[in-house]
Amino acid sequence: MAINKNNTGYTFLFSIIMVLIVGTALAYTSLSLKPLQKKNAADKKMVDILGAIGVTTSRENAKTDFPIYVKERLSINSEGNVLNSSSGNVDPADSADPFNLDVKKDYRSKKPASELSFPLYVCESDPGETVYVIPVVGSGLWGPIWGFVALESDMNTIYGAKFDHKTETPGLGAEIKDNEFSDKFKGQKLREASPYFTIIKGGRKIEDLHSVDGITGGTITSVGVGEMIDRTISIYQHYFESETNSSEQ
Amino acid sequence: MSTDNSVATPKRESLFSKKNRKLLKDPLSDSNPITIQVLGICSALAITVQLQQAVIMSLSVLFVMISGNVIVSLLRNLIPDRIRIIVQLVIVASLVIIVDEVLKAYQPDISEKLSVFVGLIITNCIIMGRLEAFALANKPGPSVFDAIGNGMGYAWVLLVVSIVREIFGSGAISLPGMGQVKFLPQDWFVSSGGFYENNNLMILPPMALVVVGIIIWIQRSRNEALIED
Repeated sequence: MAINKNNTGYTFLFSIIMVLIVGTALAYTSLSLKPLQKKNAADKKMVDILGAIGVTTSRENAKTDFPIYVKERLSINSEGNVLNSSSGNVDPADSADPFNLDVKKDYRSKKPASELSFPLYVCESDPGETVYVIPVVGSGLWGPIWGFVALESDMNTIYGAKFDHKTETPGLGAEIKDNEFSDKFKGQKLREASPYFTIIKGGRKIEDLHSVDGITGGTITSVGVGEMIDRTISIYQHYFESETNSSEQ
Repeated sequence: MSTDNSVATPKRESLFSKKNRKLLKDPLSDSNPITIQVLGICSALAITVQLQQAVIMSLSVLFVMISGNVIVSLLRNLIPDRIRIIVQLVIVASLVIIVDEVLKAYQPDISEKLSVFVGLIITNCIIMGRLEAFALANKPGPSVFDAIGNGMGYAWVLLVVSIVREIFGSGAISLPGMGQVKFLPQDWFVSSGGFYENNNLMILPPMALVVVGIIIWIQRSRNEALIED
C-alpha cells in the first residue's frame, strides 16, 4: 500500500513519532554524559578560582592544586553570618561543601538573597597573603556570564579577576574571558557604597580607582559584568564589615 | 546550489563505480562547498585560528553530515513533503546537540574554544544543502559517498587555512591531544632580540577570507572548467 505523504493526518503522525524518538535519544545522551560533564565543570571551576588569584593550572592538575591554595571554603548568608565551612579536598557528593553551591542555579531561580547562601573561598596567594575569592554570576547579551573576583585581605582592593561566558559574541563580548580584560581589574578598589564598582563606556579617567574600561562593541556584556560585581559585593559586604569589626576589637 | 545528480540504477553497482567516485571526488575540487559554492564560510572563517579546532570542527561536520544524509535518505519515502525542511532541521539539530554534548564530556577545552560554532553547524548551509539536494532523492549508499565527499571538501579547506593561519599567526602547530607545538626557536622573536614576529593579522577572521580567496584563485587558475568569462 502506498502511503499518501500529503495527508494531513499522516503529517501529524510523522511529526509526533519523530519528536518522541528524537526526544528520547537526546534525553538518553544528556543523562549518560552528565557525570563526565559535571566533573569537567568542577575542574574548570577550580582552574578559574585559582586563575583569579593568579595561579595558572590545568584541568588535570586542578584537583591537586586547589587545596594547596584554597585554605577554607565558607558559605555565608545574606546577613554575613557563616553557615558552613570546609577545607582540604573537594568531595563532589557532599552537599554541605560550599564548593558545591550552584550559584548559577541560584541566580536563575530569582529567589531573594535572604533565602540563599553564598560561597566564599579563603585562599593563600603565592607570596603568602590571604585572598578572598567571590563567585559572581550575571547576564550578558545572549546568555549567562560568570566569574570570580579576588579581594586582598583589606577586603577592598581587587587582587585579580577571571570571567567567563556561555554564548557572548566572539570578538566582542566574549573578550571578557581574555586576560587582557581581567588584568585591568588588578589593584582597583571598591567604593564605600553601591555602586561598589563600575565598568565604564568611554571617557574613563585614568586616576579613577573604582572602575575599568568596558569592551568596545561589547557594551551590554560589559554592563552585565559591572552589574554582577556590584550586586554580589553588596551581599558579601555584610560579611566583610563584621570581619573587619571583629578584627579591630 | 550544485547540480542534482540522481543515481537511480536498477542494477547493482560496484562500491567504487564511476558514479560513486564522482560523488566523492567532485566536492573535493570542481564543486567544493567552500571554494566553489561558497557555503559554510562563517565557520570556516571563525574557527581556523588553530589546527586542532579545525580538525575537531571538520570531524564534527563530517559526522553530522554522514549521519544526516543516511537518516534522511532512509526516510526519504516517508518524510511528508510539506514538512520536509522542518524534519531535516530536527534531524540535523539533534545530531549537533549530540556532538556538542559528547565534546563537552570528552574534549571540554576544545568545546569551549569552539563555543557557539558547534551549535552553528545546524545552520551550516552545506549540510542542509546536501540533505535537500541529494539525500532526499537518493539511496543511502550514494548519500554516504556524497556526504563524505562534501565533508572532506569542507575539511581540507579548513585544514589548509588553519595550518597557514597558525604557522604565520602563532608560529606553531597544534593537534588534538598533543597541544600546541611551537617550532620556531624562542630567540628568533623580536621580544627576545631576534628578527621574527608573529603576524597578528593572521589570527583575525579577515585573514581567513584572504587565505580562502587565495585558494579559490589557485584552484580556478588551474582548472579551465571553472573559469568564467
